[in-house]
Amino acid sequence: MGKSLFLSLDGTDLAVGAAVAANFAEAFDVIVLTSTVNDSFGAEKVMATGWASLPPAAAYAGELAKLATGYARVFAVSAMWSKDLLPRAAGVADAACVTDVLSIESDTRFTRPMYAGAIVATVEVSAPQTWFTFRPVGFPAVSDAGASVPTETVAIQVDDSAVRNIGTRAKEGGRPDLSAAKVVVSGGRPLKDAASFERVIGGLADALGGAVGATRAAVDAGIAANELQVGQTGKIVAPDLYIAAGISGSTQHMAGIKDSKLIVAINTDGDAPIFSIADLGLVGDLYEVLPVLERELKKA
Amino acid sequence: MKIVVPIKRVLDPYAKVKPGSDGMSIDSGGAKSEINPFDEIALEEAVRLREKVGAVEIIVVAIGPAESEEQLRKALAMGADKAVLIETTTSPDSRAVALELESFVREQNPDLVLMGKQATDDDSNQVGQILAARLGWPQATFASEVTPGSGSLTVIRETDTGTETLQIQLPAVVTADLRLNEPRYIALPGIIKARSKPLEKRAPATALQSFVTVTGFTAPPARKAGKRVANVEELIAELKAAGSI
Ligand SMILES: Cc1cc2nc3c(=O)[nH]c(=O)nc-3n(C[C@H](O)[C@H](O)[C@H](O)COP(=O)(O)OP(=O)(O)OC[C@H]3O[C@@H](n4cnc5c(N)ncnc54)[C@H](O)[C@@H]3O)c2cc1C
Repeated sequence: MGKSLFLSLDGTDLAVGAAVAANFAEAFDVIVLTSTVNDSFGAEKVMATGWASLPPAAAYAGELAKLATGYARVFAVSAMWSKDLLPRAAGVADAACVTDVLSIESDTRFTRPMYAGAIVATVEVSAPQTWFTFRPVGFPAVSDAGASVPTETVAIQVDDSAVRNIGTRAKEGGRPDLSAAKVVVSGGRPLKDAASFERVIGGLADALGGAVGATRAAVDAGIAANELQVGQTGKIVAPDLYIAAGISGSTQHMAGIKDSKLIVAINTDGDAPIFSIADLGLVGDLYEVLPVLERELKKA
Repeated sequence: MKIVVPIKRVLDPYAKVKPGSDGMSIDSGGAKSEINPFDEIALEEAVRLREKVGAVEIIVVAIGPAESEEQLRKALAMGADKAVLIETTTSPDSRAVALELESFVREQNPDLVLMGKQATDDDSNQVGQILAARLGWPQATFASEVTPGSGSLTVIRETDTGTETLQIQLPAVVTADLRLNEPRYIALPGIIKARSKPLEKRAPATALQSFVTVTGFTAPPARKAGKRVANVEELIAELKAAGSI
């Protein structure tokens, strides 16, 4: 019982936040952290901080927890920013915290993945307030943008005396966001270096208008950037088309791609585990297959 | 400098696990248990900090079953100076673990808590953040590089869009991501040699009361293997037929 509060990073996740809020009887409010929005998607109150970027979580989680007093639950899309912030704020509020909610069974019962997605656990929460992150795939976005409501400015005090951001490296723009892309092309360990990764995997992704992903092995080897890692401890993706090239199909990697509509695997080893979940499998060398695929797509 | 490194005993992350037939347990097919890989990375970083700055005392603490002694012995062999096992047979939630750790940290009064960003069994990714909140300490989660300064650390942490660099005052909580380092390999003789290092066992100081309780386990919907195609032409034809391109 009680109202919900949805924490939106930049407003683009409002439609899916509204879908989560619809699981609870009471109304919901929104705080947009780093942007402003025009549509309410059914929210009663839309608030915005006016920030251009996120401060370190520790610099404002306490203030956020205070602001959230009175809400029965506070939630945000699963992402690194929310996993940094929500447990901290829940810790201040002494609330329950649940990570990666897959489905909402009742006000107090949720399902969530464990063991790299090999297990789905049902959890029961008993606390005055619950903070949770959720996986969007289980919550189809609300299509009704709702009445537009005036955005209220909410002042959240930032105290960065003990922790200060002194530098940010963000990926170069151009390609769609990995978590939201309709097409993802991912590469693994056999890519020799950053240049061949970019040429072979990036080239095909561009031909498809898709995003680029990578395995941990590729990231650890320094041939792909950390924010491209897909899997248990990287990004969870659910595109219409996922192409896995030179990826063996470890439990940890598959944890991040299982909800893709169509998975294509290209691997020289016909026994690679990736073939056990791929809808289309091609036994072959990615250095031969991908350039041909790219060329054919550009022709079509 | 004093560093506390919490250690969790987890099933081998490469083990194939499934729900037990009772729907209330995990069937691991008899897999071994290990130090949670992220905790091992955190401990390795603590040892490297000592190699860099000299006088650093490293205390490892596990909250868990008696068998966690095995993981603490390995942690001692990796370079921890002292181990504490807080024994419980229950499975406390992240908050309960954080509260117990809070009590331990207040007693030990370290400059830094270095811990894994998540445990590979529960995958919750919460304890470090809740602990930092309870202590009122700053946090740097998902660290991929830690550089000691005077009374502070410079931490590069992984974000959704790249990395950011935080300047963080001590005392603080830092949680380790995969790229922080590659833990050293410890052979069995090393573990035996570390036998003489102190390992204390004690009862929990808090009630370990959970807000979040697991009531059952199920298997996720399975994906079936699809079709094999012989060449790129067939692949393109199939993708077109499926409406994917
Ligand atoms: C705690 C923990 C967390 C982890 N988190 C993640 C995670 O989030 N994401 C993740 O991806 N991994 C994660 N891992 C790592 C994971 O276990 C695997 O090691 C990793 O996914 C393997 O990457 P890979 O498939 O690129 O490499 P490999 O397993 O080495 O597979 C390479 C594949 O490429 C094939 N191949 C070789 N040459 C060619 C060629 N020319 N053409 C086509 N195919 C070729 C090979 O047959 C092989 O199947 C984690 C591990 C741990 C312990």
